[in-house]
Amino acid sequence: MRCYSLLVPLVALASCAAARAQTPLHNLGRTPSAEEIRAWDISINPEGKGLPPGSGTAKQGETLYEHKCARCHGKTGTEGPNEPLIGGQGTLQTERPVRTIGSFWPFATTIWDYINRGMPQYEEGSLSADQVYAITAFLLYRNGIIHESDVIDANSLPKIQMPNRNGFVPPKPEWKRREKRPFGIYH
Amino acid sequence: MNTKERGRRRFLKGGAALAGLAVGEIRSASGQAIGSERPEVRPEDFRAYGERSRFVTSVRRDPRNPNSRTPLQDSVGIITPSALHFMVPTWIDPPDIDPWQHRLLIHGMVDRPLIFSMEELKRLPSVSRIHFVECAGSGDSLEERKKNGMLAETVQRTHGLTACSEWTGVLLSMLLRETGVQKEATWLVAEGAEPRKRSKSIPLEKAMDDVLVAYGQNGEPVRPEQGYPLRLVVPGFEGVHNIKWLRRIKVLDQPSMEKEETSHYPTQRPDLGKARWFQFEMGPKSVITFPSGGQRLPSRGFYEITGLAWSGGGAIQRVEVSTDGGRTWKDAELQEPVLRMAHTRFRFPWNWDGDEAVLQSRCTDDVEAIQPTLAEFGRIWGGVDSEYLKTTRNKVNHINAIQPWKVSRDGSVRNALL
Ligand code: HEC
Repeated sequence: MRCYSLLVPLVALASCAAARAQTPLHNLGRTPSAEEIRAWDISINPEGKGLPPGSGTAKQGETLYEHKCARCHGKTGTEGPNEPLIGGQGTLQTERPVRTIGSFWPFATTIWDYINRGMPQYEEGSLSADQVYAITAFLLYRNGIIHESDVIDANSLPKIQMPNRNGFVPPKPEWKRREKRPFGIYH
Repeated sequence: MNTKERGRRRFLKGGAALAGLAVGEIRSASGQAIGSERPEVRPEDFRAYGERSRFVTSVRRDPRNPNSRTPLQDSVGIITPSALHFMVPTWIDPPDIDPWQHRLLIHGMVDRPLIFSMEELKRLPSVSRIHFVECAGSGDSLEERKKNGMLAETVQRTHGLTACSEWTGVLLSMLLRETGVQKEATWLVAEGAEPRKRSKSIPLEKAMDDVLVAYGQNGEPVRPEQGYPLRLVVPGFEGVHNIKWLRRIKVLDQPSMEKEETSHYPTQRPDLGKARWFQFEMGPKSVITFPSGGQRLPSRGFYEITGLAWSGGGAIQRVEVSTDGGRTWKDAELQEPVLRMAHTRFRFPWNWDGDEAVLQSRCTDDVEAIQPTLAEFGRIWGGVDSEYLKTTRNKVNHINAIQPWKVSRDGSVRNALL
């Protein structure tokens, strides 16, 4: 129980955690099957890890967009009522930045991840993998990032270079415990 | 003894216990001590789940603003009643989760992936800790002015995206010891069970430090709007990290770069021409909650100025108050307990002489970070002046500027940020 004491220095705590890593402390919880983990794990990382089989093109995505997305994001993807999904490139440095997946988002994989997990609103999780690839292709095409005929799949999506990929600081995010930052802001 | 009699006796016993707690209220309501002279109250008249007096009307929805904000102007002490904790986003109905069905999966770069039921989580050693949860956009007094030309009037609207609760649950570090964490792991991503499945990446070092997997809030289960049956509490970090309806934690060797990392929360720095992503801790902040915007002082004379101070960097060390628009400052008294990453109540005695006065507070936390003026904030945030902050459509989060309230001769109080 020593390990829980707040007075134990961090180093001791870490080595204590390492020692304990061999044996579970309380033996509660059950081991999930690989199938269960696959079903739950919807995270897609920038290297495309987690992307399922399937593919789509902008052409296929166009009609899907009209039916499933346009009523909230606008016919042209710029006029709302909800978040604009198209346009905004070249506005980030102005006092009226238009931040869209095309102008702002650094990774194309995030678009797939987000449409797959959270859109369309109120019918979340209703799209097939092929449909998500197709809508992603359509949005990338309309943002001038890919060609109309490009096939988007688990292989091609992570390779897409987004216009604002290098528009973020710090390049490698990290957090340091109890580090003093003026006014709470990281530089 | 018939059932009615038995019920009545149980009530009298309960009444005696209650009297100890709230004797003042009961006396003043009936004009006499509780006892046999009181008209008979049947046990079924007692509300099974208590409600506040009908004379108390504080709500988290401001009639003039559809957003849900904590009514700080009515706050006393440091705990926000669960029913008044702000909600973001307002337009999502909380999911209706059956705790018997709910599970937490921990997987990724761990030695033993595990699934926990609520029952199992509650069997583990628990902790209770008092922490604030604050939205990254909190404290932005200028936002409303940019939308409709008017400065936010009340402290509910300027600072109401923060709340402070006692959270009960298990330390995430303990759960991660149960699963074992692989050597190369440095991050994790946490995810909610609501339809949107909001997710956020969190540094592993923070997770091992003080992050809570909470099922309790202020002595009862976490409210549905706050994440029932299970949520993350990431002390001091901007609100979006505190994933509600927590269902999954995946341990990683890099951030997952999902939507909340790359879309809404990064802010574009005008001086660098780049966006700052991964802002974690909320800066040191304080605000006077009485007297505050929209209130009115009935007459000259004594008032206790009071407010709240908090910092994502640690505990509040000092709060100073100025009653002359920032020309002179005096230390306020800090009300115990003064806790890390928690609201801290401060008090300052004041005699109002009936003249115009500008009241404001500033705090310092225990890593010696000081709450800035709006001008200082602009400079550090992105090399801009206050004029920029007042007009820009560029999103500016984490505003923790000193908030002045102006008391006019007629006793009315209004926002004097500009
Ligand atoms: C009922 C309305 C609605 C529908 C239909 C809808 N969305 Fe959305 N969408 C929203 C709202 C609201 C948000 C903002 C959510 C937030 O920020 O949490 C959003 C956000 C997004 C975003 C993130 C934008 C950003 O810059 O952060 C993307 C991408 C998106 N939607 C894609 C889609 C796609 C693709 C479809 C069709 C398959 C779709 N949406 C259908 C309402 C809708």
